[in-house]
Amino acid sequence: MSAGGWAPRRTLSLVERNARIFRRSLTAVLASLVEPTMYLLSVGFGVGALVGRVAGVEVRYAAYVAPAILATAAMNAAFNQTSFAVFSRMRNERSYDAIVPTPLSVADIALGEVISAVFWGLFAAVGFVLVMALLGLIVSPGVLLAIPGALLVGFAFAAGGLAVTTYLRDWSDFQLIQLVMLPMFLFATTFYPVSVYPGWLRPLVELLPLYQSIQLLREPSLGVFNWGVLAAAGYLMLFGALALALATRRLTRQLLA
Amino acid sequence: MPRAWPVFVYWLSLYRRTWRATIVISVANPVLFLLGIGVGLGHLVNHGHAATLGGVSYSAFFAPGLLAASAMQTGYIEGAGRVFAAAGWAGSYRAAATTPLEPGEIMAGHMLYMGFRVLSSCAVFVAVMAIFGVSAGWWVLATLPAALITGLAFAIPAAAWVITQRSMARLQTLFRFLLMPMYMFSGTFFALGQLPGGLRLLASALPLAQGVALCRSLSLGRASLPAVAGHSAYLLALILAGILIARVTYRRRLHP
Amino acid sequence: MEETPIVVARGLTKIYRSRDGAPAFRAVDGIDFSFGRGEAFGFLGPNGAGKSSTMRMLAAISPASGGSLEVLGMDPALDGPRIRARIGVVPQDDCLDRELSVRENILVYGRYFGLRRDLIRERLGELLAFAQLEEKADAQVEVLSGGMRRRLTIARSLINRPEILLLDEPTTGLDPQARHILWDRLYRLKQDGVTLIITTHYMDEAEQLCDRLAVMDGGRIVAEGSPRALIEAHVTREVLELRFSVDAHAAVAERLRDRRLGERVELLPDRVVVYAHDGEAALAQVHAAQLSPITALVRRATLEDVFLKLTGRSLID
Repeated sequence: MSAGGWAPRRTLSLVERNARIFRRSLTAVLASLVEPTMYLLSVGFGVGALVGRVAGVEVRYAAYVAPAILATAAMNAAFNQTSFAVFSRMRNERSYDAIVPTPLSVADIALGEVISAVFWGLFAAVGFVLVMALLGLIVSPGVLLAIPGALLVGFAFAAGGLAVTTYLRDWSDFQLIQLVMLPMFLFATTFYPVSVYPGWLRPLVELLPLYQSIQLLREPSLGVFNWGVLAAAGYLMLFGALALALATRRLTRQLLA
Repeated sequence: MPRAWPVFVYWLSLYRRTWRATIVISVANPVLFLLGIGVGLGHLVNHGHAATLGGVSYSAFFAPGLLAASAMQTGYIEGAGRVFAAAGWAGSYRAAATTPLEPGEIMAGHMLYMGFRVLSSCAVFVAVMAIFGVSAGWWVLATLPAALITGLAFAIPAAAWVITQRSMARLQTLFRFLLMPMYMFSGTFFALGQLPGGLRLLASALPLAQGVALCRSLSLGRASLPAVAGHSAYLLALILAGILIARVTYRRRLHP
Repeated sequence: MEETPIVVARGLTKIYRSRDGAPAFRAVDGIDFSFGRGEAFGFLGPNGAGKSSTMRMLAAISPASGGSLEVLGMDPALDGPRIRARIGVVPQDDCLDRELSVRENILVYGRYFGLRRDLIRERLGELLAFAQLEEKADAQVEVLSGGMRRRLTIARSLINRPEILLLDEPTTGLDPQARHILWDRLYRLKQDGVTLIITTHYMDEAEQLCDRLAVMDGGRIVAEGSPRALIEAHVTREVLELRFSVDAHAAVAERLRDRRLGERVELLPDRVVVYAHDGEAALAQVHAAQLSPITALVRRATLEDVFLKLTGRSLID
């Protein structure tokens, strides 16, 4: 049985369902801002006081890390929705058992979950930009470009999360996900420029989707514009599209056995 | 508590099935953080701010702080998450309560296991610290008991509280809104001395800040007896209070 | 049924591909059946008989591995969404959105069918009344009882006015009172002309609800007909159940067989069952044979007995 193709109205009906559930958990939106805000305060300001000026960076350290933490906030918010939440719907709530017998196709379900997660990432991004503003870390109106940027970041990680979820056997496999997400968070130039790494290591770091996400958001937020931003956008689009295709294919096999 | 031991053995036998995965996590976490934050961020920090950090490298400053934070996290997972499951959906406590075991014995056996988990995961962490050479020689070994009481100072009060709870969401909320901020402002990443006066006092009164200060002074080989005694007494008091409360809350939940 | 059937299956087969070293599994093994409009049809069988696989194929959410299947005149492999738009499915574990209210669950589900919001609102009142959940309309699913949840699941599945309703083990896990309420609701649906297709391993449920039954075992249909016809065809009118001390059962069964008691004597782990047209007469013969059972019960034969006869196994294990 095929994935069944997309129909916008059917896809949106799933987004509507998720929106109704989100609406009841607004504290969860706030919660998704706690961790990035804490990192911004303790590393951005706390460690920032120890760091002083960073070579090759014009602004103070907290303003430099803020857009990168913004990228991780959008990433985590979107990723958690298509990993934790979707896995819980597959295993615990068995929501899809009720949805599959409706006219929705598996492609509708996959895209609907990704779109919902992108919104989630967008909320986190908007919330975090407000936090940045409160802390006086907006250095350029270019930060407004970070909002559409966060949509792309959300898309890449929502689709990636959904693809990963189709490979999970049980809840303990989430530890393995942490083993990928944590080093990516630590090494994707969130806290320091890529020039810290020896030359041979840089291409590896640059392959990380979070590195590309930070590229996409950081320079525009700091009021710097170059063509690298477009390359990052292209990378994230491609990454998300491939992940979504993979996720849809695998979900079809799992839901329509 | 003559029958606490079989309870401990029960938990240990469950752990035998998952220990491989937890070992990987226990090794990976410190290695990744020490490389990513200690070395990477340290690269930026180490240009001339040694005085604020007491003249040591950022890695040497950061590692024992992270050890204490990771002890807290393991303690909370074992004390809150595991106890919630055991008292609720997993049914371990309900099954145990129908045997001759007393609630206090079920509690004590599980707390022994919490101690084991904190100790074993911190031992791995301490080994990583030794390999990275971020401690003052053999002093690294002294951080292990310090990390143990830090972890238990969270695990045991958490267990005493969680056994009264019916909603998992509360556990996550507490972690997000209390433990996470504590992790960030207990001197793990930066020195509390950098904070302005009032805030500094407030932050150093946090239980994790006590654990961080204890682990750090030992790791750097700069411990003074009064300070060590003070931090330890604080953490031990939390553990003791936790046990006293848990004796009541465990009985209430298991023999309602 | 004389009119054209709305579901026809010929040689329907489902094979699950081998995975992780497990061999390929033939869950449904070439079965034939057809239903007419307005009929209540039951698949009766133990776990693993192939009932759920058959239901999934009927719901156009699982491709057949062999044979042919036509639902509402369409091929599920080609017209999945169009078929699904016209049927309703009540899964075994309700799969409701627990965070949402009763009303929202129905609303959200209606949107999956592309129904307009005002149309859903219009049907909502009537569905809530049908499910006897009007007072719970704004309650979260979390707080509903098992019976209420099941009724909500059924109400939800009716939002698209389905022509066929598939119910997988509709009363499993419910208390007796909740089961009776549910059966009553399903009767009403049947009266309204909805075709009901039910899987169950409760023979009382099958007898209550179904016009026609297919008894399944090991992926095959081993018997088919109305509940009464099945009982008449396969077992006697009455059944005598005898209990002795546990280790005596085998010897007792042997003696009763030697005496040619009733039509047939069946040995079960906990009792000896005698199929006889006159149960009391058979019991008198037992006493005449100097046997004194701990308990003796004469009852009418049920589908459980049919199943035991056909498969040599008990329905609920």
